[in-house]
Amino acid sequence: MKSRNSRLVLLILTCALLAAITVAGVLLEEKALETDLSRCNEAPSAAFLFGTDWLGRDMFCRTLCGLSLSIRTGALTAAVSASVAFVLGTAAAILGRGVDAVLSWLTDLVMGIPHILLIVLISLACGRGFWGVILGVSLSHWPSLARLVRGEVLQLRQAPYFRVAEKLGVSRLEAVRRHILPHILPQVWTGLLLQFPHAILHEASVTFLGFGLSPEQPAIGVILSESMRSLTTGRWWLALFPGLALAVVVLLFSALGGVVSVSGLGRGEGSPAPVS
Amino acid sequence: MSHRLKFAGKKLVRIALLLLGVSLAAFLLMSASPLDPLQTNIGQTALGSMRPEQVEKLRAYWGADTPPVQRYLGWLSAALRGDFGVSLLYRQPVTQVVGQRLCSSLGLLVFSWVLSGALGFTLGVLSGAFQGRWPDKIIRGYCLLISSTPAFWLALLLMMVFSVWLGWFPIGFQAPVGVDAASVSLTSRLYHAVLPAAALSVTGAANIALHTREKMVEVMGSDYVLFARARGESLGLIVWRHGIRNVALPAVTLQFGSVGELIGGSVLVEQAFSYPGLGQAAVSAGLGSDMPLLLGITLLTSALVFLGNLTADLLYGAVDPRIRRGAARR
Repeated sequence: MKSRNSRLVLLILTCALLAAITVAGVLLEEKALETDLSRCNEAPSAAFLFGTDWLGRDMFCRTLCGLSLSIRTGALTAAVSASVAFVLGTAAAILGRGVDAVLSWLTDLVMGIPHILLIVLISLACGRGFWGVILGVSLSHWPSLARLVRGEVLQLRQAPYFRVAEKLGVSRLEAVRRHILPHILPQVWTGLLLQFPHAILHEASVTFLGFGLSPEQPAIGVILSESMRSLTTGRWWLALFPGLALAVVVLLFSALGGVVSVSGLGRGEGSPAPVS
Repeated sequence: MSHRLKFAGKKLVRIALLLLGVSLAAFLLMSASPLDPLQTNIGQTALGSMRPEQVEKLRAYWGADTPPVQRYLGWLSAALRGDFGVSLLYRQPVTQVVGQRLCSSLGLLVFSWVLSGALGFTLGVLSGAFQGRWPDKIIRGYCLLISSTPAFWLALLLMMVFSVWLGWFPIGFQAPVGVDAASVSLTSRLYHAVLPAAALSVTGAANIALHTREKMVEVMGSDYVLFARARGESLGLIVWRHGIRNVALPAVTLQFGSVGELIGGSVLVEQAFSYPGLGQAAVSAGLGSDMPLLLGITLLTSALVFLGNLTADLLYGAVDPRIRRGAARR
């Protein structure tokens, strides 16, 4: 068993690395768009760690930029979907049978459509832009966490202090804020962290399919779908490094979620099952 | 028996309602789209050079001027009679397009489903049985790595290694380029499906293995396994007698519940391999604002997901007598 301290160090290092990637990507944005036809299609070297593409763009900068975008969209979508899950899960547990039935039907509905298709549909509804992807990913990832929250709140409802509060005439909203929110919040945090990897992967997938970001924007999905064209010509570095970098970032986030949910920094034993 | 039929009947009604909801949701989302189907498919320059009557005719063809409510009701009443409309991109009935695409996808899907289930189950049981030792560490590392990898990138990687570098397998598509579709042999088709199936199975197995491992660890920590150990049973026998039987049930449920994930993965993998299946059709329908086709595919895939879940629920009762409600009442 690792001690709590070494976990904390690991946690801080991971966070620092991810933050560094995010900031570096934002700073390098202009450099990533720079084209230079005198250095097209160069294999990885000391000057260009990840090589260059057919317009002579530095793939290392582009990858960092894409990762930064992935992390930022991941943060936004995970936050939105965790809030949606919290609100709907609590509402289903508190507001009585009718609301519960409707919400559980809605949960089944969202879970029934394969995620990718749902994201495609939502992104179409938003006119296939950046916000389409954000909304698509955030509105398709809440069901499993919402179920978890609903179960927890149903249990908390039976607790004596909640029933006393009800009998004393405390309004429902106030009772939830005072007696349920503090118990549920750690779980929602853990759920949010665990949703991060999925959100990032889905964002990359949807942009890979061609929904969402415009082709000149350096997102990992866009970079990889561009690399498909030069696969047969043996320019392996265009596909290998950006994908590998994405996998590493996702792994770091999974590790982060794992550390937090195991070490009891978030209280939750009941971390939600991995969602697709 | 009758209560189980009743249970299945209730579930079927729920599925029908859910499918209605799916169609409505998909329809609303698509009609909320600000994208003009004429602009995306014909292009501004071509539109500019057309006479107004022609543009008007095209507008009517793509259904751009009928109000959404009327369109949905029209679509629904036709769909209930089995007519899902005509695909705007392929100019064929949706049922026909979907049928064709499903045929070429189905083999891929079923094969990957079975393989990922078997692989995931085996790895999960092994990993759980050897909890904390090196087989467990290797398997867990593998699963974490794979589940952090986007499926389409894995597909690209496989293509890079096995098609471009080693030259063992063809690069994408379902058949050799330039050969008449009718004259493609079955072996050639299978040959083209190997890499996509491998990409799908490898990604699918990781999730199942992790879940199975968790259950297996739970079983291995139970009192009856402790007692079996005290009796001197070997690890192999314990896994065979106590482990697999108790883990099989959640694994089966998980396997039937993973249909949606598999279909989602197939969309990506098919796109990466240019494999002309259902997933690729969904992507082109989405990119080309082909509403009837996208609606048809969404409905079909959701129906598959719901049926997978229903099968899991029914199997639960069949496999484990304790869960049958009638038996519990007696």
